[in-house]
Amino acid sequence: MSDALTELATHIEARRPNAVLSWSISHGELTLEVLAAQLVPLVDFLQTDGSCRFSTLVDITAIDHPERSQRFDVVYHLLSMYQNQRIRLKAAIRADDMVPSIVTLHPSANWFEREVFDMFGILFAGHPDLRRILTDYGFRGHPLRKDFPTTGYTEVRYDEAQKRVVYEPVKLVQEYRQFDFMSPWEGADYILPGDDKAKA
Amino acid sequence: MMDGNFDDALTGEQKIRNFNINFGPQHPSAHGVLRLVLELDGEIVERCDPHIGLLHRGTEKLMESRTYLQNLPYFDRLDYVAPMNQEHAWCLAIEKLTGVVVPRRAQLIRVLFCEIGRVLNHLMNVTTGALDVGALTPPLWGFTAREELMVFYERACGARLHAAYFRPGGVHQDLPPQLIEDIDAWAIKFPKLLDNIDELLTENRIFKQRTVDIATVSEQEALDWAFSGVMLRGSGMAWDLRRAQPYECYDEFDFKIPVGTKGDCYDRYLCRMAEMRESTSIIRQALAKLRVEPGDVLARGKITPPKRAEMKTSMEALIHHFKLYTEGFHVPAGEIYAAVEAPKGEFGVYLVADGTNKPYRAKIRAPGYLHLQAMDHLAKGHQLADVSAIIATMDVVFGEIDR
Repeated sequence: MSDALTELATHIEARRPNAVLSWSISHGELTLEVLAAQLVPLVDFLQTDGSCRFSTLVDITAIDHPERSQRFDVVYHLLSMYQNQRIRLKAAIRADDMVPSIVTLHPSANWFEREVFDMFGILFAGHPDLRRILTDYGFRGHPLRKDFPTTGYTEVRYDEAQKRVVYEPVKLVQEYRQFDFMSPWEGADYILPGDDKAKA
Repeated sequence: MMDGNFDDALTGEQKIRNFNINFGPQHPSAHGVLRLVLELDGEIVERCDPHIGLLHRGTEKLMESRTYLQNLPYFDRLDYVAPMNQEHAWCLAIEKLTGVVVPRRAQLIRVLFCEIGRVLNHLMNVTTGALDVGALTPPLWGFTAREELMVFYERACGARLHAAYFRPGGVHQDLPPQLIEDIDAWAIKFPKLLDNIDELLTENRIFKQRTVDIATVSEQEALDWAFSGVMLRGSGMAWDLRRAQPYECYDEFDFKIPVGTKGDCYDRYLCRMAEMRESTSIIRQALAKLRVEPGDVLARGKITPPKRAEMKTSMEALIHHFKLYTEGFHVPAGEIYAAVEAPKGEFGVYLVADGTNKPYRAKIRAPGYLHLQAMDHLAKGHQLADVSAIIATMDVVFGEIDR
């Protein structure tokens, strides 16, 4: 399995050297680090090349790394039913970068790109209909960014007096608690009360 | 609501405008909370814009602040028609990253309950699909059989629906011996019910009028729209992850993959009926193996709890139990995509772990999301009445689509 993946990776790298930055195989899965600007020709190549034929788009998603200068990783999963292989493409982008849309190659990318836009605020250039998809009409913010609070900013309730649903800022009756069960003996990087005594 | 005003100087013919209607979110044949904005020309659908997200619960966001084990029950709440199949993908992702080998008996139990899940799902889909095109009896029969299967769920794990039975490293508890016999007795008589549904629907004139040549999907369309599961097999592609990329011990089982020829609603109905028969056969094979292969059902190690009896005598086991259920286990940093052949298609989990006790990012790839996406493409040119038949054949459940 791993031999076939190595062969595939070297083949893709040889044919599209300016798109592929690096590749790695872990847990039996091939990951290509690619250049976002070269995405469309690369996906087209993967789709049409005889030894790839990645005809099915499995998934598009993103990962937020707020501490990096290239904040987001946009991740594509492709499947070849003909070669029985999977591949993962990762493109690192800045928060204000546009990613080229692959809707023309894979119609199924449409909703995935809308979802990534909705959840992360990443814009896709050339997408025909980049609306929000999962969140409420008129929703503000991008929930899957790490700086978006899990509780959100607004809450809704039905107002008996106004006879309609009203939006209000979130009011928590008790403080939102994020339980932290990490052992203080290993891996905790915060300072607990009394830690200063250990040094003295 | 008719849009446009009629006081201008157009002729009668030019005055005809397309008609926009809202289908759902409270429509019974929308199979949940789906809002379709349909543009109709007479009774013909010109454009169909699905509005989803009415059941969005932010599962992926919630998962980022919970431990791996606490995240497991969220998967029951995705596709709530066949809950255990979803848990399976999550467990596989964790097991791949941690390198845990699931004991043989747990694998067999997983296969058994995945196939029960498939029957649960297809029973629901075939019978309510028939209801959507006018047949009232099949749901009554189908739900009776589903109820029997729910009882098996309950006897295995204590819950009828939200099981939380598959755990990373195995399954929660072993099956009682009597349950194995009872499932077997059920599997022997179940094909009779399928025969009855078959007799009622397969050659039924009205059913065929409503499903044959409706929403025909060609092989290329199925690839373009990234269909999986029955939506793909109905179009003649023999692609099944259980066969193509076997997980657990599916490679030991003898089963056939039914495929359609034309790729219309009727073919997909036939595929689902055939798959239920195949699943019943897999269930019986798994039961036969379970009878003769006793053993542990959890890979005893850091990601699974110690045995109850051990905790009474061993301090280490007690500490381990406490740490496991508070801090949880740590998954080594890395990323993984694990997919299972859920009843609706390829259900996958893309998990990014950063070495702590919580996932850094978990993406749930639901098959129904892609199927519903093609709604505009499939419904275009069909009659309004066919829309409910198309929704039924796509097998959408909003728990997994909206997440």
